[in-house]
Amino acid sequence: MVYQRINSNRKIKMSFLELQNITKIYPNGTKAVNETSLNIDNGEFVVFVGPSGCGKSTLLRMIAGLEDITNGEISLDGNVINNIDPSERDVAMVFQNYALYPHMSVFNNMAYGLKNRGISKEEINNKVNDVAKLLEIDQLLTRKPSMLSGGQRQRVAMGRAIVRNPKIFLFDEPLSNLDAKLRNQMRLEIKRLQRQMGVTSIFVTHDQTEAMTLGDRIVVINNGVVEQVGTPKEIYSKPNTKFVAEFIGSPQMNLFNCKIENGIAHIADMRINLNNSANIDDASLGIRPDDILISDNGQHTCVANLVEYLGSDMIIYSKIGDQEFSCKLSSKINLNAGDTFKFDISNTLVHLFDNTNGSRV
Amino acid sequence: MKFKPLEILTHIILILGVLLMVLPIWFSFATSTHDNVSIMTEGMKFFLGESFSQNYNEVLNEKGGWSEEVTAARMFVNSFIMALGIATLKVVISAMSAYALVYFRFKLAVPIFWLIFITLLVPLEVRIFPSYKIVSDLGLTNTYTGLILPLVASATATFFFRQFYKTIPDELLESAKLDGANSWRFFIDFLLPLSKTMLAAMFIFMFVYGYSQYLWPLIMTTDEKYWTVVMGMKIIFTENYEGVALPRTGERFAYIILSMLPPVLVVVILQRWFIKGLIQTEK
Repeated sequence: MVYQRINSNRKIKMSFLELQNITKIYPNGTKAVNETSLNIDNGEFVVFVGPSGCGKSTLLRMIAGLEDITNGEISLDGNVINNIDPSERDVAMVFQNYALYPHMSVFNNMAYGLKNRGISKEEINNKVNDVAKLLEIDQLLTRKPSMLSGGQRQRVAMGRAIVRNPKIFLFDEPLSNLDAKLRNQMRLEIKRLQRQMGVTSIFVTHDQTEAMTLGDRIVVINNGVVEQVGTPKEIYSKPNTKFVAEFIGSPQMNLFNCKIENGIAHIADMRINLNNSANIDDASLGIRPDDILISDNGQHTCVANLVEYLGSDMIIYSKIGDQEFSCKLSSKINLNAGDTFKFDISNTLVHLFDNTNGSRV
Repeated sequence: MKFKPLEILTHIILILGVLLMVLPIWFSFATSTHDNVSIMTEGMKFFLGESFSQNYNEVLNEKGGWSEEVTAARMFVNSFIMALGIATLKVVISAMSAYALVYFRFKLAVPIFWLIFITLLVPLEVRIFPSYKIVSDLGLTNTYTGLILPLVASATATFFFRQFYKTIPDELLESAKLDGANSWRFFIDFLLPLSKTMLAAMFIFMFVYGYSQYLWPLIMTTDEKYWTVVMGMKIIFTENYEGVALPRTGERFAYIILSMLPPVLVVVILQRWFIKGLIQTEK
């Protein structure tokens, strides 16, 4: 009885998926993931985002059981799964190239995992048909993967994961093989399905738009280290490090190398009052291109070197001293390359980073 | 229909090739339907004769050999069993050993693969005495096991299967793992169906290889009950060659034609798989 109580207490305390100090070192000595800890709640949609080679896929594959864990502990639903075979972890994965079984029909592709679990034929039939209807692939069940289009393959790959009703979905850049239009459509669909089923999901991508739109929470990873974990809003509005600031947001955040003296930033001959008392020799002042306020009576003046017209918006490239920056504004404003413009930088919209360690001040 | 000059030329070459292959067989078949007297006096025949049933009947049912006990039909059965055994076991064993070499990352996989590969340098003919010694010490002379067993390992087939397995993407294995397939299931449910074409091709080659074995059965068998077709070709219907009787050329041609049938059958049956696999690239 006592044992049971301890056990149930533990379950309440723990998150659904818990990574503790996970490290992965490949046999050739490369450190792919370094001391990463993360807690994911039941039903949450978490996105791992980072540049290619940052270790996000490795982390996902360790959760799936496809890579050994060099150090640390992963527990799922209260059980440590470090040494549990991938087939028994009850996780489903959608691969980048879908990894559909080429010699099996769509139906068998989806039914295979269920068959291995010893589920009765009737139940398999019902489940596969239900999921096929949900994904609108019920007309394709007899086809082989080679006869499907990219989007249809994607759906089958999702169906194969959904039909097993796993504890957790793992997506390894599943949208990167689709064309732009289809990608947007599938992105919405994944989000909708995840909401509908409420299954905990982890989605790996290098595309920050995908990360922002899909995730309940985003985990930004760089060089095998988690840079920041937070909701899309937190990550965008309050990046913890210089890396996150540069990585999230399009166009990229402007970062000016500057010196801060008594709360005043010196960028070339421009002065910006930060309204604090910071003193940093080597700092970066970040401001998003759409946070630069253009107005006729602005404090600062610059020349537009290049104007990019994007339809509703336009992006202006200019320089302060020898540091380039961009600002995004409505294309209704009449401004051409070579024109001068006036702008303000509000001290409530800037992000200040210490260049010595890249962290937010 | 209009033909371009190049098309006409290629067709002529193809037709010549077909004739070159088919004509000798046709001559043999035509000759096998004549009686020995007309063959002796007039040589090879192009047109069919009237002794078809007589010749083929004699070939299949006449008891020959020293003991006057073995028939050609028996030899066909023997050859068929031997070739079938060799082909089946060769394909199964090489597919499985290639699976082990590619998917089980044990330390010595590469040296072991090369060890298997260099056995190509020592074909049966080179190691025929040691092989005979082993088989005879095991008491397997004059058995089907003895005929088949020393020939079932195949470096060539192992090599081809290995190369094929290497082209199968890793994600397939990973996805299968997550779907709960163990190593045995992965082999049965994935590798075998995916390598269907390969299996059929290997089976055909190995069947013909086993069927055309000559030296090994010749050394292995002292009991005529285990004679094979290829051995028989040398021995059967030759007993009166130096006597006053006519050489039995008609029967011998009939025997040759019959001896070609089993491999042809295997090719015809398996070619559907074979061709289908070649046309549909399932990747």
